[in-house]
Amino acid sequence: MLRFIVRRVVGMVFVLFVVSVLVFVIFNVIPNSPPAQRLAGKNATPTLVKSIEEEWGFDEPLPVQYTTMMKKVFNGELIQYSPRIPVDNRIKEGIPATLSLSIGAGIIWLAFGLLLGYLSAIRAGGWLDRTLTGVAIAGISIPVFLLAPVLIYFLTYKLEIFPNGGYVGLTEDPWGWLQHMILPWFTLAVLSIGFYSRVLRSNMLDVMNEDYVRTARAKGLSERKVMTRHVLRNSLIPIVTLFGLDFGATIAGTAIITEVLFNIEGIGSYAAESIKKLELPPIMGITLYGAFFVVFVNALVDIAYAYLDPRVRLGSTAR
Amino acid sequence: MSAQPILSVRDLRVGFATEGGLLQAVDKVSFDLTPGEVLAIVGESGSGKSVTAQTMIGLTRSKNSRIEGSVELEGEELLDADDATMRRLRGEKIGMVFQDPMTSFNPVYRLGNQIVEAIRAHDESIGKEQARQRVVELFESVGIPNAERRIDSYPHEFSGGMRQRAMIAMALALEPEVLIADEPTTALDVTIQAQILHLLEDLNRQRGLATILITHDLGVVAEVADRVLVMYAGRVVEEGTLDEIFYDPQHPYTWGLMGSLTRLDRPRPHRLPQIAGSPPSLLELPKGCPFRPRCPHEFSKCPEYPGLEARLTEAPGHRDRCWLTPEQKREKRQVEGQIGLEAPQEVSRE
Repeated sequence: MLRFIVRRVVGMVFVLFVVSVLVFVIFNVIPNSPPAQRLAGKNATPTLVKSIEEEWGFDEPLPVQYTTMMKKVFNGELIQYSPRIPVDNRIKEGIPATLSLSIGAGIIWLAFGLLLGYLSAIRAGGWLDRTLTGVAIAGISIPVFLLAPVLIYFLTYKLEIFPNGGYVGLTEDPWGWLQHMILPWFTLAVLSIGFYSRVLRSNMLDVMNEDYVRTARAKGLSERKVMTRHVLRNSLIPIVTLFGLDFGATIAGTAIITEVLFNIEGIGSYAAESIKKLELPPIMGITLYGAFFVVFVNALVDIAYAYLDPRVRLGSTAR
Repeated sequence: MSAQPILSVRDLRVGFATEGGLLQAVDKVSFDLTPGEVLAIVGESGSGKSVTAQTMIGLTRSKNSRIEGSVELEGEELLDADDATMRRLRGEKIGMVFQDPMTSFNPVYRLGNQIVEAIRAHDESIGKEQARQRVVELFESVGIPNAERRIDSYPHEFSGGMRQRAMIAMALALEPEVLIADEPTTALDVTIQAQILHLLEDLNRQRGLATILITHDLGVVAEVADRVLVMYAGRVVEEGTLDEIFYDPQHPYTWGLMGSLTRLDRPRPHRLPQIAGSPPSLLELPKGCPFRPRCPHEFSKCPEYPGLEARLTEAPGHRDRCWLTPEQKREKRQVEGQIGLEAPQEVSRE
């Protein structure tokens, strides 16, 4: 198991290296215009462009340029140009909000997705299954940019149950934090709840036909134990993979729309703002940060996967 | 044969509602099983042998199944027993070994734990450690070496034969009185098959276990069975002791099965003999004897279905469903000096 983890972490570092090279190539090498000009943004003065050119060493060979960029990323010297604030600071400020949003939504979609999927599967073909199928399809079909305004209109303006957007730190005001997060959480989670419940349902129906489920019944286990310990347990394996991909993607990008709609000052909003102003340093920083999360979460998933499915632990015991 | 039967099945019928209509998978099957006896149920795929076995422990119950008749275990009716009773009986009274040891264990749990789970599902007062100790003994009793260490292996770390041994260990974990082995050797190599059969035979002798052995392999039957039930299209077409079935088979289908055995003590044929045609669809059974379309000896009485009757005065326990007289049968079953079945005319022309 330890060997597996070590191997996975080495793989993760390699993937991050490749991503960083890609980011470097996309932003600094391929575009057909002076990179300093683009880095400086839309309304740059010639002196600014000049100083950027020196700062980034754009007359040096490419490997040196790459090292300079990575040094800046790691030392927190990546600076946006209007106003001149280190990108790191903005990302650090945004992380609590973005993580609150993504983790909360992740927990909600996993919990509800699995619950609804499980109920659907054990009552397959019945009225509960059919109702839940309808609900799931509706959840999958509603786009976030429609759902969010509708929820805000009814629950915030009409009924005044929830505050109107914004973010309150968890440590300053836990209750306020919760109130501010509930709507964004559900908005972000609805699609995945529908999707996960469908996936789990079909996984479970497949697993129910497996020989080992018949064996479990034949040895006299109760129906509930057969369903949870054998059917559900084995159906979760593909769900974990899916969750890893989706959760990483949520932190790294899917949360952008939700953050903007609910006016949450997280990394998603920062990304949206930087794209609007065409500020390259923050976009570069956020891309790398996002890549890190996707890769990191997926490494965690692989490790969880090996725990869930012993056949995956290659090398040590399996043939 | 005088012993009190532990399990008796009477007129068992199992049907499944399908889109094409009611599929009668098992039709009026009756038999008794006494302690210490090995009853073989023989037939090709789709003959209803597995459905019969699974119905006995309630695994075919569903909205779409129609089950009639009676299955009594030590005088207790199982077909209308509630789910909790059935659950208690499974494993505790009736152990089951399935065909494919590759897929019959849950791949994500250690083998030992899967057997511990079976033990503790029936008696929560048994501690984990105690149950584990029991599994070690079980593994030893079915001939798994290094039992102490091997109970912590995952299924994929076992070979097929070892897995089937573990499967048998699991079926025996609660010392059931009846063991149902559903094609226990089909998925195994020939050498391993023999080992598993001998293991089953030993267990049967040592523990006085009543065993139902479901198979399509007459070689397996000859090895271990005391009595044989031949099934075709959901019905029993012939039943008798091992010797009666092997030395004096009465039903043409049984002749066909015997004739398609490869024999090492006879000259090798150019082509392995086979029964022409394929089993009928259970949704559209031919009128009368369902074996009629494949039988070269079909005659005017066959459109009427014969009952399962003893037709030999000297062997009252040997019953079959064929209209031919015993004399006709003894003559017709001789194909090139041995028991067999020629292909019927119209099929052989194809």
